[in-house]
Amino acid sequence: MTTIILYTVLTLSIIGVLSAIVLYFVAQKFKVYEDPRIDQVETALPGANCGGCGFAGCRAFAEACVNKGELTDLFCPVGGNDCMSGVANILGIEAEKKDPRVAVVRCNGTCEHRPKTNFFDGPVSCAIAASLYSGDTGCQYGCLGCGDCVVACDFDAIYMNQVTGLPEVDDEKCVACGACVKACPKTLIELRKKGPKDRKIYVACRNQDKGGVARKSCAVACIGCSKCEKECKYDAITIANNLAFIDADKCKLCRKCAPVCPTNAIIELNFPPRKVVLTEQPVSAPEKPIEVPVSAEPKSSAI
Amino acid sequence: MLKSFKIGGVHPAENKLSASKAIEVLALPKTVFIPVGQHIGAPAEVVVKKGDKLLVGQLIAKTSGFVSANIHSSVSGTVKKVETGPDTSGYQKMGVYIDVEDDLWDEQIDRNNEIKSAITLDSAAILAKIQEAGIVGLGGATFPTHVKLIPPKGMKAEVLLINGVECEPYLTSDHRLMLEHGEELIIGIRLLMKAMNVNRAAIGIENNKPDAISEMIKLAYRHTNISVVPLRVKYPQGGEKQLIKAVTGREVPSGALPISVGAVVTNIATTFAVYEAVQKNKPLFERVVTVTGKSVKNPSNYKVRIGTTISELIEAAGGLPENCGKIINGGPMMGKAFANTEIPVTKGTSGILMMPEKESKRGETMPCIRCSRCVSVCPMGLEPYLLMTLSEKQIWESAENEKIMDCIECGSCSYTCPANRPLLDYIRLGKGKVGALMRSRKP
Amino acid sequence: MSKLFTISPSPHVHSGDSVNKIMYGVILALVPAFIWSVVMFGLDSVRVTLIAVAACVVFELLIQKFILKVKPQIADGSAALTGVLLAFNVPASVPSWMLIVGALVSIGIAKMPFGGLGNNPFNPALVGRVFMLISFPVQMTSWPVAGSFGVDAVTTATPLAILKEGVKNGQPVIEIFKNLPTNMDLLIGNMAGSLGEISALALIIGGLFMLVRKIITWHIPVSVMLSAAIFSGIFWLIDPAKFADPIFHLITGGLILGAFFMATDMVTSPMNPKAQIIFGAGIGILTILIRLWGAYPEGISFAILIMNAMVPLLNRYVKPKRFGEVNIQSTKG
Repeated sequence: MTTIILYTVLTLSIIGVLSAIVLYFVAQKFKVYEDPRIDQVETALPGANCGGCGFAGCRAFAEACVNKGELTDLFCPVGGNDCMSGVANILGIEAEKKDPRVAVVRCNGTCEHRPKTNFFDGPVSCAIAASLYSGDTGCQYGCLGCGDCVVACDFDAIYMNQVTGLPEVDDEKCVACGACVKACPKTLIELRKKGPKDRKIYVACRNQDKGGVARKSCAVACIGCSKCEKECKYDAITIANNLAFIDADKCKLCRKCAPVCPTNAIIELNFPPRKVVLTEQPVSAPEKPIEVPVSAEPKSSAI
Repeated sequence: MLKSFKIGGVHPAENKLSASKAIEVLALPKTVFIPVGQHIGAPAEVVVKKGDKLLVGQLIAKTSGFVSANIHSSVSGTVKKVETGPDTSGYQKMGVYIDVEDDLWDEQIDRNNEIKSAITLDSAAILAKIQEAGIVGLGGATFPTHVKLIPPKGMKAEVLLINGVECEPYLTSDHRLMLEHGEELIIGIRLLMKAMNVNRAAIGIENNKPDAISEMIKLAYRHTNISVVPLRVKYPQGGEKQLIKAVTGREVPSGALPISVGAVVTNIATTFAVYEAVQKNKPLFERVVTVTGKSVKNPSNYKVRIGTTISELIEAAGGLPENCGKIINGGPMMGKAFANTEIPVTKGTSGILMMPEKESKRGETMPCIRCSRCVSVCPMGLEPYLLMTLSEKQIWESAENEKIMDCIECGSCSYTCPANRPLLDYIRLGKGKVGALMRSRKP
Repeated sequence: MSKLFTISPSPHVHSGDSVNKIMYGVILALVPAFIWSVVMFGLDSVRVTLIAVAACVVFELLIQKFILKVKPQIADGSAALTGVLLAFNVPASVPSWMLIVGALVSIGIAKMPFGGLGNNPFNPALVGRVFMLISFPVQMTSWPVAGSFGVDAVTTATPLAILKEGVKNGQPVIEIFKNLPTNMDLLIGNMAGSLGEISALALIIGGLFMLVRKIITWHIPVSVMLSAAIFSGIFWLIDPAKFADPIFHLITGGLILGAFFMATDMVTSPMNPKAQIIFGAGIGILTILIRLWGAYPEGISFAILIMNAMVPLLNRYVKPKRFGEVNIQSTKG
């Protein structure tokens, strides 16, 4: 009995030692040098592997940061400026500062505003619905409401409002990774500057039809009347293809454009309630000048 | 046992309600909207402007590339506007609106009903006529015919196959054409053979149309190089690759064109259009459309000018039935559903099918029970259940390896799935993505 | 527009087939065998079947409602079918509580944890049955003598058990066969055995019904039976004194039940004809291997479960014949 145990233990030990030796030499032979800073940078990153930076996961981003030696065009939207300055510290270089951004859904075609013209009886997938036809309402540019953006979001930051049938973004949770922007077949979602106190003004419409056609399909469609363009003192609003667009970098959040819109297509978020009589003074001045213009305006000419 | 293709296939209820109805000519519409992108390939370029006076058959948009097709006016009148309008997909497409005045035809068109059987033109001239007339595959795919007839370098067509299968349930327009215009079809076939320099042609007809088979056999009798092949009824026999397999036994390799096995397939309606274009100088501006449905008062086959709104067709067939829940452009297996009936008939409109409400909704989707029916009915020998999962999970590389691009979108898998899974929907999505991926890889 | 038209991607027609129709079709196909079991074992077989079905359905309902918190889907008939198959694989005399434990294993361990209908890798009824066989070997191998109704039923052994015992003791097969029912009796089902497996004839009728209704295809049953017959036939030809003939192997035990109803379980069988034939052949050979040299007299349950484990591999590496998978040269001419 004892001998059996002895032999067993002995054999296993020998096998173990032999394997260890083999492994050691193999590891030595096939060792790949890796910059230790890659690991450090990776630890400094959020580790969400969301791909919002444009790389396949945090490690790939860390490699890119280390290999490039500078941080221009490299930005982790999830970690934001704090995270990037941490990365910059490790690498001993300067980090770019970017304004935090957040996703906004540029469609306000709720069931009430935009009557259904047909009943979609296919799989619940915007991609499939969009490749099949223009959508279950009269508006070919509007939200399909199947929630591909909700599925795409890794952070539970976007959800379907069951009453309106439109997705809504939770500003607190949104990290501007851009997954929903890519998922939306109608390119309705835009990453927009978060703004002071999360205040945002934007045109919640992507309808490029002529005014009459747009109006017919949706009560809150932008009809391209250019009233807001005239009202804006900062040249922040441009009209192209019968559609207004507010440049978040030029916009001073003066709130003058919203009341003039005949179709209420301009949405103000997180502002205090408007006084009944409009004052001439801008409500809030921007707190700091904008350094890097970041426009997520999808190329409307390509659509 | 009659010939058919080997792998897979289904047999949906045929419902050929309008098979015994002769082709009627629909009354001229008041206005037409003729989209300029009615074919696969680049949309044609508009060559008319607002206020122009047009004759029937006059060119209104010319091809903008090799894979493109001319568009001709189907009516005479004044151009109202050149603007976008909705098509079956609901998206706005560029097109020409014409107010109809009178019915004045271009003088070059031979309006004589006499059948002109002498073939005087040579191959190149026939091809030029076909291209000039803007003929595209009228079976529904709308691929420009002249492109198909000119084989790529190094390949030679050996046999011309005429698709008289009409495997889609409900549709009968090709059936009626064979019965009523058989003689013209034979001339069309001879023209196509001459254009491509092939000396063999075969007409594949499913044996649910015995009258058409005997009619075509009778007419083809004088031409030893044209044969009629009766085929066992099986969907999707009208698919190019399936038809070639069924008639010639040859199998088009994966990813290749039918020409790689020396075959060129054209549809009955296309062949008729070729006859009219070459012998009668008549461009493609009208086609036969089946208007049908179980509760439609008067299921019929109409000869319609391109650009006529579909609502007019529906009215002619007895109006929209009370219980209609879905309107389909094409057949029930591959057609497209649409909701707006104020859209024009285009070159690809082979039928308008109105489904009763209770047949228009899909059943409840259940989990896949791995019954493998989708695999056994797939005419391309693919595994639809797997392709659907891969598309759903967005694993595009694997989908490509599983030959997702071979899918012909016939719908046999979704048709047969006992769990009502949207197999084809996801496969189609995957095909789009994988196709884009493959194109992006090419330098 | 008052009424909205439906828009959906093509195809716009459906074969009308459904999961429910398939499940209830299989249950219907099991009716002849059930009737025969009532003839043989009386009300006991009704008791066993009802309890098994009820237990499976209730367990599935409870799990879906309280653990998974999804909409219960028991109407699809899959749980009921598992119940029937479980009942068919146990002796008619099995105690009710034991059956309930078996049902819990079938549904609660073999089916629902994997995601319910369509996702279980192993045939739930067989997992339940094998669990019972290993846990309660005595009760699971005491076979009531046919026709002797009542609690104090006399128990006997199955033909396969008699054969195994005899061969172990060195008796020649011809001697053993003298104590066994005739082939005719075996075919009709006049023998001891599990509730539903005894009558090969009734099962074949059910199997043919499923074939005609296109619920199953011929690939799996034929390859199971053919491979079992060939494999056992080889040994019978080598030494008829030691091995029983293939006909005997085919019509005894659960081979027919397994071939038509258990191996063809859609969820746990491969997805294309080629793979199905390999799958069936594996079952046939494994069954005979276990019967001839294994510890148990009957091996179809184990054989099916082992091959179930192979299904993902088969699906991955055995592909259906693709259209156009030929080189251009061979098609010309």
